[in-house]
Amino acid sequence: MSGTTVFGFCAAAAVGLGLYGLITNPQPLRKIIAFNLVGSGVFLLFGVVGRRGAAAGLGNDPVPQALVITGVVVAFSATALAIALLLRLFKAAGTATLSDAPLRADPDSPGD
Amino acid sequence: MLSIAVPVAGVLLAFVLGGRWVRFVVFTIIPTMLTIVAATVLVLPRSKGPLVYLLGAWTPPLGVALRADGLSAVMLAATAVVISAVSVFAMTEFRPTTAAPRAPFAFWILLLAIWGALNTIFVGGDLFTLYVALELLTFAAVPLVSLDGRPETLRAALRYLLFALLGSVLYLLGTALLYGRYGTLDIVLLSRRVSAEPGPLIAVALMTTGLLAKTALFPLHLWLPPAHAGAPAAASAILSGLVVKGSFFILLRLWFDVMPALPGFAASQLLAALGAAAILFGSVVALRQERLKLLIAYSTLAQIGYLFLIFPLALNTSGQLDHGQALAGGLLQAISHATAKASMFLAVGSIYGALGHDRIIGLGGVARALPLSVLAFALGGIALMGVQPSGASLAKDLLLEQATSTGQWWWVIVLQAGGMFTAAYVVLVLAHALAPSDLPIALAGDAPRSRDLAALSLALCSLSLGVVPWEHYLPVPHGAALRSFGLDALFKFMLPAMGGTALAILFSPWPHRLAHSATWKTPTRGLGPLRRICLDFGGLVETGDDGLRQWSTTGIALLLVTLLLAAAMFTAN
Repeated sequence: MSGTTVFGFCAAAAVGLGLYGLITNPQPLRKIIAFNLVGSGVFLLFGVVGRRGAAAGLGNDPVPQALVITGVVVAFSATALAIALLLRLFKAAGTATLSDAPLRADPDSPGD
Repeated sequence: MLSIAVPVAGVLLAFVLGGRWVRFVVFTIIPTMLTIVAATVLVLPRSKGPLVYLLGAWTPPLGVALRADGLSAVMLAATAVVISAVSVFAMTEFRPTTAAPRAPFAFWILLLAIWGALNTIFVGGDLFTLYVALELLTFAAVPLVSLDGRPETLRAALRYLLFALLGSVLYLLGTALLYGRYGTLDIVLLSRRVSAEPGPLIAVALMTTGLLAKTALFPLHLWLPPAHAGAPAAASAILSGLVVKGSFFILLRLWFDVMPALPGFAASQLLAALGAAAILFGSVVALRQERLKLLIAYSTLAQIGYLFLIFPLALNTSGQLDHGQALAGGLLQAISHATAKASMFLAVGSIYGALGHDRIIGLGGVARALPLSVLAFALGGIALMGVQPSGASLAKDLLLEQATSTGQWWWVIVLQAGGMFTAAYVVLVLAHALAPSDLPIALAGDAPRSRDLAALSLALCSLSLGVVPWEHYLPVPHGAALRSFGLDALFKFMLPAMGGTALAILFSPWPHRLAHSATWKTPTRGLGPLRRICLDFGGLVETGDDGLRQWSTTGIALLLVTLLLAAAMFTAN
């Protein structure tokens, strides 16, 4: 089993674990961390993909690296935005759950 | 391209100049952008093929190309029109005040950011650029939901963000797989190389699911109703009219441009089946809503389902997707929905601003107090229903024609039912708004005329979309809209209108103005048992919808959709 295959399986495992966490975990903070785990898996996959370009005689394929850098920046800002929202929610509501607020209740009804 | 650079420059400039100047910046950007978009639209028919701009003059395998073809030109124009009208509407609402200086500043900056992101999506020529634009769009759209900072809207925004991130990470995963196989992400290069192999098929299934999650197609819609109903009216108009179209447009690019040979019959039937389910669920739940904004949010859900009917109808005889009438019809439907839905949200916004609430039962007499708002809502709704010169009617004609010519009669039923359901919630709201009220209406706030005019102009725009000469941009037969004026057109209007009235009476659990008038008493009494069955069914659907909007069920649905799509594509190839 070559190195790239091992890393490929690692990427798949990270994506799978992250997806599982993102879907099943009720706490928003854990969801955010799970999203980062999926992201890391995808970036690792890009790395594996770049390594496969080495067969063409290049040391490594530069394009996936550029994509990973952009992707990391995007994932970082996504995390920052999510955590900022979470903090605001905690400040405004006192709790930070995502459980569905009753939709049909009219939050600003004058109560008639 | 300037269409991206100008809004982004506007965002930066607004940040530098600060809150006082932000409206000035926005209202200098808008005419500039309108000129740029008009220039693009006018130049395109004269050039052969799409307008291409290479960033830094690098050619595609290594560089990034921006391409504007007919589809992008049409969407660029629609976006410019909707955003201009919405900013006229929001001019009075989001003025910098000393009490809350941050919300107006944020609104205008986010508006420009959304504009830039959408334009990038429309002209982006490579899958990774599209990913970045998609993320920018999400980052600009999510804070719009929670502008007022109430806990409910913050929660809605967080749900929206997390689910959108899930969608985009799936899309990115697919991108990685495609790059790994073909070594390029440029749409044109990919479309020449792509073939039916396991890796790319899985990649496409993953990307499609991710985009479906962002577009909120039926089982993946947990974030849409609270987010679209909770946002301020101007923001809802943008979110509902334009933002969901961004990911839908990428889906069109992916299916029609990147891999027109791959998807096959089963996968496209699956997408359209989800769309049909969205129409049924969205409409029934919409008819049971107590609040007007939630009703319109659920109607967006149903209309998104309508858009997905184009995928099976676009198959040609050899089972490949074809740039044809169905694509044109779908895109026209998307544009007319953008304009009509934005005008409806704006109209509801001014009704809400004037009344201080948006409960449908409490709307009696509104037509006399706020005639222009109700007129805008009615015209928007009628445009959405598909009266003769409107874009929705032309789109429906094209889709129906395509459905009969490809022999897929079951989608004809769904198309007609979709039209009836659209009519149903418009009729329901208008019946309440037009009803006379015994009590005088207490107006809580002022209603500036400019708001109603913005909503009204969007509604008129949507009504007249059918007479625009589309044939330079989309494969629409010449003069298709004007072909059948007259008795035929009247019949085509009456069918959904009558069906819609019946559906509105059957499914809405609230006391009916129509049912109480003397002429309607006898026929509605006959409907009694049927109505009870329908109400029970509606309750069932609503409970099911509540269940579907849990994270766990949505997650399972997400995995199921991915697997089914992949399986459908494997069987096709």
